Amino acid sequence: MSESNPPPSATPDKALEQVAAGERVSRLKLLRESYLYYSFKRDIGVQLCLLIFALMVLAALFAPWIAPNDPYDLTQIDIMSSELPPFWVDGSDPRFPLGTDAQGRDMLSTILYGARVSLIIGFGAVALQALIGVVFGLLAGYLGGRVDALLMRLADVQLSFSTLMVAIIVGAIVQASFGRATYSSYAVALLVVIIGLAEWPQYARTVRATVLAEKGKEYVDAARVIGLPSRRIMFRHILPNAMSPIFVISTVQIANAIISEAALSFLGLGMPETQPSLGSLIRSGFDYIQSGSWWITLLPGAVLVVLVLVINLLGDWLRDVMNPRLYKN
Amino acid sequence: MSANHAIATDEAAPLLEIKGLRKRFSLSAGLLDQLRFRGGRLVRNRKYVHAINGVDLEVLRGEALCVVGESGCGKSTVARTVMGLISPSEGEIRYRGERIDGLAPRALLPYRRRMQMIFQNPYASLNPRMTISQTLQEPIRFHHPDWERRRVEEKVVEVMEAVGIAPDWGKRFGHEFSGGQRQRIAIARALAVDPEFIVADEPISALDVSIQAQVLNLMMDAQRERDLTYLFITHDLAVVEHFGTRVVVMYLGTVCEVAPTAALFATPRHPYTRALLSAIPRLSDHGVERVRLSGEVPTPVELPPGCVFHGRCPIANERCRREIPQLARHGDTLIACHAVEEGRD
Amino acid sequence: MPLLEVEGLDVRFALRQGEVQALRDVSFSLERGERLGIVGESGAGKSVAAFALLNLISRPGFIHAGSIRFDNEELTRYSERQWRRTRGNRISMIFQDPMMTLNPVLTIGAQMIECLRAHRRISTSEARKLSLARLRQVQIPSPEQRLDQYPHELSGGMRQRIVIAIALLLDPDLIVADEPTTALDVTIQAEIMALLLELCERHNVGLILITHDLGVVSQVTQRMLVMYAGRVIESGPTREIINDPQHPYTQGLINALPQMTPPGQRLNQIRGSMPSLAHIPSGCAFHPRCDFAQLPDGSPRPGCRAQVPPFVDSGNCRVACHMVRQMQQLDLEEATP
Repeated sequence: MSESNPPPSATPDKALEQVAAGERVSRLKLLRESYLYYSFKRDIGVQLCLLIFALMVLAALFAPWIAPNDPYDLTQIDIMSSELPPFWVDGSDPRFPLGTDAQGRDMLSTILYGARVSLIIGFGAVALQALIGVVFGLLAGYLGGRVDALLMRLADVQLSFSTLMVAIIVGAIVQASFGRATYSSYAVALLVVIIGLAEWPQYARTVRATVLAEKGKEYVDAARVIGLPSRRIMFRHILPNAMSPIFVISTVQIANAIISEAALSFLGLGMPETQPSLGSLIRSGFDYIQSGSWWITLLPGAVLVVLVLVINLLGDWLRDVMNPRLYKN
Repeated sequence: MSANHAIATDEAAPLLEIKGLRKRFSLSAGLLDQLRFRGGRLVRNRKYVHAINGVDLEVLRGEALCVVGESGCGKSTVARTVMGLISPSEGEIRYRGERIDGLAPRALLPYRRRMQMIFQNPYASLNPRMTISQTLQEPIRFHHPDWERRRVEEKVVEVMEAVGIAPDWGKRFGHEFSGGQRQRIAIARALAVDPEFIVADEPISALDVSIQAQVLNLMMDAQRERDLTYLFITHDLAVVEHFGTRVVVMYLGTVCEVAPTAALFATPRHPYTRALLSAIPRLSDHGVERVRLSGEVPTPVELPPGCVFHGRCPIANERCRREIPQLARHGDTLIACHAVEEGRD
Repeated sequence: MPLLEVEGLDVRFALRQGEVQALRDVSFSLERGERLGIVGESGAGKSVAAFALLNLISRPGFIHAGSIRFDNEELTRYSERQWRRTRGNRISMIFQDPMMTLNPVLTIGAQMIECLRAHRRISTSEARKLSLARLRQVQIPSPEQRLDQYPHELSGGMRQRIVIAIALLLDPDLIVADEPTTALDVTIQAEIMALLLELCERHNVGLILITHDLGVVSQVTQRMLVMYAGRVIESGPTREIINDPQHPYTQGLINALPQMTPPGQRLNQIRGSMPSLAHIPSGCAFHPRCDFAQLPDGSPRPGCRAQVPPFVDSGNCRVACHMVRQMQQLDLEEATP
């Protein structure tokens, strides 16, 4: 063709729309131009949330190196220094900035270790939910018909059990049949599986709805006309375009999973006290609130609230930014 | 390749034959929604959209067969059925004499390389998460798994140059291009596997006038250089007059008239074709006498009995309301109309 | 005195990479009962112009400068309350998608009656009677039934007829129609266009028809504007522009139509594509695509790249093109030695 091509540019209407609504870009090199980055740069609240979240994740991740004591190491525990208050209260001990619990464990260390357990379970459960939910959602949405009906009824059945109920039943059965000791050593894995299984339908439904919308677009037809097998179309063409809602729902789900775990642990059905999560810390301190040692339960509680809050705020922001209705392409 | 000799190579026969094609889409959702109590009995009540009702077509080698009609006439359904994107409810589709409807995906692969498709909406037909070169490499890699990397890349450069897109833009994503450029890329993707037959479903109707001309020129150049056969779906009669070798006029899922382009525009025979031609907004004042149609296109859910056009036809009579007209040959033209047959048009 | 006078209209959008000018120095006028076409491709700014006329530009867009005088009142200084009295009443709009006008959860009758009673002090039964009369005017079969139907129960053509009926409901002085038939089929489009034309003529209503379809413009309007990249580049009587376009872009647009070339031959294409509003070329925005931006000897034509072309009169038309201006000067010099 003899024609000289001008620099590529979307047509002005489209360009306006894209600029106003945020272009959908996927690669890192395009991230800086993206609406996501733009909106992040302008929103101090979100930056603060991300900073807090990152600090908490890092602190929890590196707990074994950061924490002043190892709360699991019985030799470091001195029952004489139990129920010491945090540093801003009279009678505190400079060795324990956030005080100690009833067994004399350092609160700061237990909270760091507890947040670690909570986050591991939260992320692990969400990874499992996402794996099951995304595969089922893709299959249901793309294949349709009977596969769709079967998987979605399965999701309905799953949703009709509450997470807590499933956890209570499974936890009770495992504890009863294998004993508390076995249960304790597999508690993390078990909680990941329970919370993961209980909530996959959230993912499946979101993914299915997105797949149904994407399936109608012509690039999928084009892939079919090439003759690509269904599996490749689902995973290589549709899935990358369904990532935004998956991403958004993941943040909410992580917060939910952390809360579910905390609730279970608080009820004594989650993490044992030898390996406390934030939930079991709250529970173990609960008996001492009346005796004036409020910090044993309130400090881990505050950490849990802040953690869940920043995740939810980030999730809300992501949902606003990635709102699929704004794409219009 | 072993798959190749499965395809016959009779040069004289039509490239594509469609016989008695019907397609209906179920309107009712699940089985539970279909069940109704009526008169004390459980009745299964199913509603269908009759998108195509017995279409016969032949696409000859090297021609550009244009299918025109208004929305809902089934022209896009014909295109999608031919490409195997939807399976027909009844009828046969033959490519070089071999039936291709209902083939398993694997058995269809050798045909996929010969038949490609261009879509209407260039904003939706490119995967937004793939770069242009990824988009163009995919069909080549898939159909030629034995090709080495260099050869694939050379082929991509060749098709990009053929459609007038600079090859060094391959690293960009679809949204960085304008509508016309995207449609060029979509055409490049269709050309990448060296097809002989291209189904184009309204390829220019989403584009601006000046860009339409560019894309039509590109398609005509490609036809000349690559010996392509087109099945061109459009609602734009001006484009048909320019582009088509033969024209098929469809109304409500049936074929009204099939004629060589010049003949159709000089002497439209079917009353619907006449109305359609007279409705084109012309630039000049002294136009054709408008044939005004009363009413609107009926829904394809409950088809009228007899000729589907009788409700809007100015010359319909009792027979038209009763009996479905069949395509009959009048010279070079095939017409399905009682009035033409009886000479009262 | 013209019914509508637009002068130096400048509409901008404040976007994150800066301000984008969607309309630049757009001026035109419309007499009472006159029909004006605004033609251009997507991105030319024709819809923005229509929206600006009705004060429908919303954030991040705003009217930066210019005046819109309607019946001797300055619309750009109207308060939202004054707009509510004007919009739908004296100026009404027909959109491409009838569902932009129709509320899906109200019956046709309820919407028409509500619209009437918002602007006139009449009883519901009177309003219903008036609505019925309007529906008859737009040739809707069995209008009594339609009043009690919901928009989704009607076909696209029928909906657009109802939108026209609503647009005419309060006897406006001006109707702004933005691609009113683009979404419709050819035969339906022809009917609707004929109807709109007939009603405008009968009621002496001014019409601004925004479309990309030169055929429709040539059949309906008396005068037309051609827009490119936010600017008016040619204006004048429709017949004259269609038969003898002066601006190279208008020429290209008309020549690119398939019917302008014998069947089977390559069409006359304009190279390149419409620039994005964020990157409008300097000088004449069309110069990178223009064959006349070069002199016959291949050197660049003075002005095209550097200077926005001023309007020159050419017959009854006005054209913004350096080439046309320079040709005229040459003619003048030859005529007056």
